[in-house]
Amino acid sequence: MSQGSKIVIKDFNFYYGAVQALRNINLPIQPNQIFTIFGPARSGKTTLLKSLNRLTDLIFGTNHTGSIFLDGTDIYDSKVDLTHLRRRIGIVFDLPTPLPMSIFDNIAYGPKLSRTNRRNRLNEIVEKALRSAALWEEVKDRLHGSALRLSGGQQQRLCIARILALEPEVLLLDEPCSGLDPISTTSIEETLFQLKKDYTIILAPHNIQQASRVADRAGFFLNGELVEEGPVYQIFTKPRDKRTEDYVTGKFG
Amino acid sequence: MIINRSRYMTQSIAKFLIWMGALSTIAVMILILFQILKEGLPVLHLRFFLDSPKNMGREGGIFSTLIGTMALTGVAIFFGAPLGVGTAVFLREFTRESKISRVIRFGTDCLAGVPSIIFGLFGFVFFVIQLNMGWSILSGGLTLAAMILPTVISTSEESIRAIPPSYREVSYSLGGTKWQTITRVVLPSALPGIFTGILLSIGRSIGETAAVILTAGSSLVMPTSLFSPIRTMSVHFYILAREGISMEMAYGTGAALILLVLMINMMAQWLINRYIRHRT
Repeated sequence: MSQGSKIVIKDFNFYYGAVQALRNINLPIQPNQIFTIFGPARSGKTTLLKSLNRLTDLIFGTNHTGSIFLDGTDIYDSKVDLTHLRRRIGIVFDLPTPLPMSIFDNIAYGPKLSRTNRRNRLNEIVEKALRSAALWEEVKDRLHGSALRLSGGQQQRLCIARILALEPEVLLLDEPCSGLDPISTTSIEETLFQLKKDYTIILAPHNIQQASRVADRAGFFLNGELVEEGPVYQIFTKPRDKRTEDYVTGKFG
Repeated sequence: MIINRSRYMTQSIAKFLIWMGALSTIAVMILILFQILKEGLPVLHLRFFLDSPKNMGREGGIFSTLIGTMALTGVAIFFGAPLGVGTAVFLREFTRESKISRVIRFGTDCLAGVPSIIFGLFGFVFFVIQLNMGWSILSGGLTLAAMILPTVISTSEESIRAIPPSYREVSYSLGGTKWQTITRVVLPSALPGIFTGILLSIGRSIGETAAVILTAGSSLVMPTSLFSPIRTMSVHFYILAREGISMEMAYGTGAALILLVLMINMMAQWLINRYIRHRT
């Protein structure tokens, strides 16, 4: 398959019981880019993101065929260490999900799980992660205050920082701005621009304007199918498929 | 017009009845407290708590029964709480609704409905006789542990159920194992609820009489080990009053019991509030 791809999704089908949520997906994803998967609700975006770090394993009665390769290794191989995989591929959910503990403990939660980090090293990790997520200046004086008291936008950046603290290779973002105001959205988008230098980012945007603003490449999903994918510019101005054109011009969705 | 008036009528009657219900609850509580404390408080001096009972409890204090009560309750919680919380974790985190979980739930519901004297009888036959542990703190404590299990299980399960599923998802997505997720996210979040269940259990253990007489005995001698027989404050109160030994001392013991339970409750509430404030 495509040379230099970070992730390659190959003939991937996904089922919730008898319901098929993804249909024969084939998609290579390049490193250091923002790839956006967009489409109407229930088109399979969240399922695809959660398949990529196998959070779908937590749901009872799911099934899949096909493979997903990360750096050439099938993540569904039985030898894959799940906790390690999830550290390499981090996910941010659509609603901010701070854990009910302090800001510091939220960020340190992931690093502490592996027990390799001593306290002084933790301080460094937390500061670095918060800086990368553009949250440090706002919270540096109340690191030990509860994360639940942050605003929605700050909480979402906290969730991004929490992932970054693990120094993953791939970032999955599932409509990370859906509950946020325009100002918070802008600051998260700026954060994403900074991050793509070091990470491979797959983003399900909460509207197609965001997709066109931040992404390098885009894939249009409809009813579990990948209709087409290509450079953002091409997808939004000269889509090859009639359905993509109808969606990006607002004829449906 | 007539219909309207009757609606307002119903409204005021309902309001009156609901208020009466609430007020009589408080009235009953105040009456009980007043009665016990009026008779009991005059007896309560520091000496009463620190002296051991003399002459069958006619004189002296309640020190050995205070120690007995705390030891017995301690043993009950020591065994009952981990077992109950563990069962709740199993039911909520390790199984989905299935035959096993339904059987366990049915079992605990049955246990919850069993009268305490039956637990006493079981404890007497099993721990005291069969296992030859005699009337002792251990026999009594284990019996009480079985008795409080349903309370601990159902309150723990309820508070674990109330934790947003997203907490678990976050923990897994950050590379947590199931065990790490349970110990670092699930249990800490459920702790206030679990603690409340344990508190209820402490109250029940302290107040239990029938099951305790049958399994821990009613000895007034200061216990020296887990195998010593003891008399708890509730049993002391019962015997003093039932056998007409000394009503004065009985009321004193009752008042001390109430104060003890009140103190434990207030302390626990303070701890829970502090914990919750710290986390949110």
